[in-house]
Amino acid sequence: MKLTLWTYEGPPHVGAMRVATCMTGLHYVLHAPQGDTYADLLFTMIERRNHRPPVTYTTFQARDLGGDTANLFKDSARDAYARFKPQAMIVGASCTAELIQDDPGGLAEALGLPIPVIPLELPSYQRKENFGADETFFQIVKALAKPMPRTEAITCNLLGATALGFRHRDDVTEVTRLLALMGITVNVAAPMGSSPADIARMGQAHFNVLLYPETGETAARHLERACGQPYTKIVPIGVGATRDFLHEISALTGLSATVDESALRAPWWSASVDSTYLTGKRVFVFGDATHVMAAARIAATEIGFEVVGMGCFNREFARPMRAAAKAYGVEALITDDYLEVEAEIARLQPELILGTQMERHIGKRLGIPCAVISSPVHVQDFPARYSPQMGFEGANVIFDTWIHPLVMGLEEHLLTMFREDFEFHDEAGPSHHGAKAMARTEEEVEDPFDAVAAEHSIPVVTPSGEIVWMPDAERELKKIPFFVRGKAKRNTEKYAADRGVVQITVDTLYEAKAHYAR
Amino acid sequence: MSLDLPTTGCRSTPVLKERGQREVFCGLTGIIWLHRKMQDAFFLVVGSRTCAHLLQAAAGVMIFAEPRFGTAILEEKDLAGLADANAELDREVARLLARRPDIRQLFLVGSCPSEVIKLDLARAAERLNGQHAPHVRVYNYSGSGIETTFTQGEDACLAAMVPTLAPSVSRELLIVGAMPDVVEDQCLALLSAMGIGPVRMLPAHRAGELPGVGAETVFALVQPFLGDTHAALLRRGARHIAAPFPFGEEGTTAWLRAIAEEFGVSREVFEAVTAAPRARALKAIATQSAELRGKRVFFFPDSQLEIPLARFLVRECGMTAVEVGTPYLHEAIVGPDLDLLPAGPVISEGQDVEKQLDRQRAAAPDLTVCGLGLANPLEAQGFTTKWAIELVFTPVHFYEQAGDLAGLFSRPLRRKAALRKEAAE
Repeated sequence: MKLTLWTYEGPPHVGAMRVATCMTGLHYVLHAPQGDTYADLLFTMIERRNHRPPVTYTTFQARDLGGDTANLFKDSARDAYARFKPQAMIVGASCTAELIQDDPGGLAEALGLPIPVIPLELPSYQRKENFGADETFFQIVKALAKPMPRTEAITCNLLGATALGFRHRDDVTEVTRLLALMGITVNVAAPMGSSPADIARMGQAHFNVLLYPETGETAARHLERACGQPYTKIVPIGVGATRDFLHEISALTGLSATVDESALRAPWWSASVDSTYLTGKRVFVFGDATHVMAAARIAATEIGFEVVGMGCFNREFARPMRAAAKAYGVEALITDDYLEVEAEIARLQPELILGTQMERHIGKRLGIPCAVISSPVHVQDFPARYSPQMGFEGANVIFDTWIHPLVMGLEEHLLTMFREDFEFHDEAGPSHHGAKAMARTEEEVEDPFDAVAAEHSIPVVTPSGEIVWMPDAERELKKIPFFVRGKAKRNTEKYAADRGVVQITVDTLYEAKAHYAR
Repeated sequence: MSLDLPTTGCRSTPVLKERGQREVFCGLTGIIWLHRKMQDAFFLVVGSRTCAHLLQAAAGVMIFAEPRFGTAILEEKDLAGLADANAELDREVARLLARRPDIRQLFLVGSCPSEVIKLDLARAAERLNGQHAPHVRVYNYSGSGIETTFTQGEDACLAAMVPTLAPSVSRELLIVGAMPDVVEDQCLALLSAMGIGPVRMLPAHRAGELPGVGAETVFALVQPFLGDTHAALLRRGARHIAAPFPFGEEGTTAWLRAIAEEFGVSREVFEAVTAAPRARALKAIATQSAELRGKRVFFFPDSQLEIPLARFLVRECGMTAVEVGTPYLHEAIVGPDLDLLPAGPVISEGQDVEKQLDRQRAAAPDLTVCGLGLANPLEAQGFTTKWAIELVFTPVHFYEQAGDLAGLFSRPLRRKAALRKEAAE
C-alpha cells in the first residue's frame, strides 16, 4: 500500500484507451465498474476530442458480483460489435475486473465474432499507463502486422504517437515533413491516425521511426524481429538530435542527410546577444525519460543553461536516465512521488523548471518559473496552433516555450538596476505575464492575511457623494472571488450612487447583482 | 398562497428504468467538494491507481495546495494477504496523521477493489479509532462505483456520520447537504430573519461544530441525493420536512415556506423576509430566461439534481423537458418536485448510454445537459450542451443565485448564437 496524493501516470487500461482512442475502426470492450467512464473525459475535455473514445464499459455493480458478470461481458461485447462494426476489437479488464477474474479474452473468443479480437493482459496492481499503451500497441501489431513485400520507394512507419501524448499530433506532422525532405514517405503512422487495416500493411515499410520509446518500443522490437524492419534509436527533439536522427536514417537508407534547414531559427535565437542572459541559468528537468533526456541536451548545449538536476517518473527508463544524468554531473531522480520531486526542487532552487503539469504547480508554490515539456498533460498542452517538439520547427517552438516563463533579458537588467522601486521589482513577475503585478508588500503590514487582502483589493474611484459599506455587506463582498470582486464592488457602488443610496447593505449588493445580471 | 400545481404532475409518470453502460462518475468524486467543506477532515481512499487518477481528473485542474485527500494504492502484496493489508493501512494512517496534526476527522473511503477483496473498512475504522481517539475520529464509507453514483458519495459520507452524532433533546432545525459557504450564509440569514433557530448544519466546517440529533430534531435537505442520510436521520428519530428543493424563486420559497410552517412563522413575517429577495430573483431569472423560453431540454443522468432542475427550467424559465434522466429516483425526496413538474417528459432512471444517445439524437433538443465525457462529442454533432458537473460545483441554491442558475443554462445557447454570427461573416 502506498499513499499517493497526485500521480504522474494513470492505470494501464487508460494507456490502452490512449491507443484505442487515437485509432479508427478499433473498439475496446473494457470489463469495468460504473465510474471508470471518467476516463472518457480525459480525451473529450483535455484533448477536446469531438468523438467519444471507442470504449464500451460493462458497468457491473455490486449486485452483479454474486451473479453472472461473465455474461454481462459477453452481452456488452456482442452489442458493441453489432453497434460499432469495428475492423478489430481489443478486450480487457480494469483494476476491479482483474480481481473477479472473468477472463475477457476467453469470453470474447467464445463469441466467435467475425473480426480479430485481441485480448489484453494489463496487470493493474503492478504496472501503469505507459506500460498499458506500449503493451496494447504491441499486441495489436503482433496480431495484425505480418511480413510482406517492401514498397518500391523507401518508406517507413512512425511508431508510438497516442492520444493524450505531449504534442504527438504535431510531432507526427513535423517528422513526416522532415522525412519528406530526405525523400522518404510515411507508410503508416501508428497508433495515432491508423486503423487495423493500416496496421496490417505496416510490414511494407523499409524501416520504423520510433518516436516515443515509452509507448512504441515493444512494437518496434517486435517488428524488427517479425518483419525484419530496423528502427531508429534517436528521438529528434532539439537541433542536434534532429541532425543526428537524419544521419541515423541516412545510414539505414543510403539517402543524404543534408536537408534544407532554412526554417530553423533556434540556433541564431540562442546565439543572438539578447540570449546572453540565459547563459548559465540553473534548470531542473523532470518528466518522462524521453522528453527529459532530450530537454537536458537542448538546455546544456543549445541554450547554454546549467542542468542542476534531472529525472523521470517512469522507472522502466531508469538505466538510460541515470547514464544521461551522469553526463551532466548530476544524480538522476527516479520517482513517481511528486512530494520527492518537490523536495528536490526546493533543495536545488533552480531558476527554471522544465517539467510536467505537476512541476508547473510545484513551481507555482515555490515561485519558480516552469515550462512544460512532457505529459501528464492538461488542456493547455493541446494548443490550437501547430506546435511540435520534434524536428526543426520543434526546436523553434521549444526555444520560445522555455523562454516565455522567464523575465525578459533587458527587463532582468532593469530590475537589477531599479530594485529599490516599489512597483518595479522582481516579485511583480515578468512584465509580459498579465495580472500579476503588485506593489511590494510594505514591511509595516504585520498580519499576513491583511497583506494578502491588500494585494487583491482594487482601488475604486468612489463616485460623488459619501458611500459607506456596512460591515455585513463588506463581509459578503469578501466572499466573492478576488478576480471578480473588483467588478462587483464597482457595480454595487455605481448602483448605489445612481439611486442615492449612501449605505451599502447586503441587500444593495444583491440588488445590484440582479440589476447587472449577466 | 398555495403553489400553482399542474393538473397532472410527474409523480405518477411511469419511470423508464434502464441498465447498461453508465456515463457517470463513481461516489469517490464527492471528495472533491467534501474535503473543502470539512476543513479538518482528510479523505483516505483505499483503492487502486484508477481511484487516484479519477480524483485527479475529476478535480479538473489539479489543485496543488496539498490536498486533504489521498489514495492508499493497493499493490500486489496487499491482494495476497488481507492481514498485511490491514497492517499496511494502519501504518499509512499513522504516518499521515503524524504529518498532518491539524486533521481531526479521517474518512476511510472504500472503493471498487477494496469492496471486491472484502477489506473490512468498518473494522479498520474501529481499530484506528482505538489508536487515535480522542484527537481524531475515524469514519468509513464506500464511494465505490459498484455501489455509488457520483453524488451518492456525499450521501454515503453523511450517512456514516449520523450514527455517531451526539444525542440531542432540543428542538433544532438541521440543514443537511454541503453547500458553498456564501449560499449557506444566505440560507442562515433568511431563516434567522424569520426567527427560526437554532439552526445546525451537516456537514459542519469542523468536528467541534457537528450537530446533535434526536426526536426533537427536524431536518430539511438542500440536496436531493441524500437518500441514505435521510433514512439514517429518521432512524435517529428526526423528522423530515419534505419540500421542493431551493432552486429558483419558486423552489426557494416553497422550501422556506415548509420550514416556516413547521416553526409557526406568521405569513406577515414570511412575506416581509422573502419579498425583496424574491423580487430580485424573479428579475434576475427574467433576464436570463429570455433565451430559454420555449426551448426543449434533455437531461442525461448525473447528479440526481435533474428533477428539481427540470422543475425550475420548466416552471420558471419556460422550457419544455423532453427527457429527465436521473441515476436514482427517491420519491420521498423529490416527490414534491415531481408534483410540480408538469407531465410530459420521459422520466428515466439508470442508464444505457447508447440507447439514451439514440433517444437524444431523435429528440434533437435545443439544450442537452450531460456529463463531460459526452459534451464535446455532442457539441461536435451540432447539439448545444450544458456540463452537468458545473451545476454541482457552482453556487446555485436560494434566491440570490436563481439568476446565476438560469444563466448556466442560457450561456451555452447564447454562445451558440454568437458563434453562428461569426461563422456567417
